[in-house]
Amino acid sequence: MTAATEIERAWALLAQVPDPELPAVSVVDLGIARDVQFDDGRLVVTITPTYSGCPAMREIEEDVRTLLAQRFDDVEVRTVLSPPWTTDWITEDGRRKLADAGIAPPGVRMLPLLMQGQPEACPHCGSSAVEELAGFGSTACKALWRCTSCREPFDYVKAH
Amino acid sequence: MGDHAVEALLRVGDSCLVLAQRLTAWCGHAPALEEDIALANIALDILGQARGLLTRTGEIEGAGRDEDALAYLRDAPDYRNVLLVEQPNGDYGHTMLRQFLFDAWAVELWPRLASSSDPVVAGIAGKAAKEAAYHVRHSSTWVVRLGDGTEESHHRMLAALDMLWPYTGEAFLDDEVDVAAAESALMPLPSSLLPAYRHRVEAVLADATLPVPPDPWWQRGGRQGSHSEHLTYLLADMQVVHRAHPGASW
Ligand SMILES: [Zn+2]
Repeated sequence: MTAATEIERAWALLAQVPDPELPAVSVVDLGIARDVQFDDGRLVVTITPTYSGCPAMREIEEDVRTLLAQRFDDVEVRTVLSPPWTTDWITEDGRRKLADAGIAPPGVRMLPLLMQGQPEACPHCGSSAVEELAGFGSTACKALWRCTSCREPFDYVKAH
Repeated sequence: MGDHAVEALLRVGDSCLVLAQRLTAWCGHAPALEEDIALANIALDILGQARGLLTRTGEIEGAGRDEDALAYLRDAPDYRNVLLVEQPNGDYGHTMLRQFLFDAWAVELWPRLASSSDPVVAGIAGKAAKEAAYHVRHSSTWVVRLGDGTEESHHRMLAALDMLWPYTGEAFLDDEVDVAAAESALMPLPSSLLPAYRHRVEAVLADATLPVPPDPWWQRGGRQGSHSEHLTYLLADMQVVHRAHPGASW
């Protein structure tokens, strides 16, 4: 087995690790798993937190280690902060899975770039008539919005 | 880098830690569910920033202290936070004004720290800058809403401003630690953040129909370890479990 194939296998396993707070998507979909390398026979997985205070990071680290340990003898999980994660790292697959789960994926970030942007459409009915209910939601990465067409509230992953 | 780096980093890290601890006291007590959630989220972000900075501080210090040792095993005179963040919560408007007066500083500090000569500090700051921008949006909205609200809310905000204003100067007073940290490009000089801070604060207070108070004698000393009695009680609360069960894990 070549190292390249082994790394591919590691990525495939990582794609099975759900985000504890957004279980519809994996740590690969979200761009939390950043890199997989072999370092002197040891598999080194690099992950990055979404928010400084994301309480799920330790759990993610544990989940990644546990799952990869099933296949690899020597696994190390490293956390890096730089460059900082942004929602641009969420894959197209990830955005689709979020929408399918009723969670609006991050919209385009507005100027100034530090602002959270807004959902492109209601994940329930597709209407673009949406408004913010609360800037802080059930987890650090989400805000609460609602659709004024179908009247349903929904979670929005803030552009970050 | 050496002692000045440790001191300078503690000033920011401790300010975040103490404020996060203050904010968590609102959990389950805020006037509306949305605000309860907002404050818990903001506290988590700021606690995360504190953890990153304290961990890094311990590494630079090289004395084997990790984030827990720094957070739980230091007494008040070893804390280096600004006095503003140890002030009691008061009512919700008071807490929001304190938050705004902090956020308006943080939102200037973090982008500058993002180009710190210390790459780990720069990484922490890169994330924190985005979070602080989101926080200041929230807190300034509330300062305007309550300041320019009812007669009752206006008067409460005036009283809060009167109480808190003397604590807003400390973060911008340079001393030899700050000068050394700026010379090594670890951190910007505190006074260099003041013009942008004043600009933002004055604009939001104007929107809130709250007059900018005259410059008082700025309360100071927190960044050098002289604290009010408030911090002692806060730390007792925060540290009691860790100190009662040293090294416990579950
Ligand atoms: Zn809808």
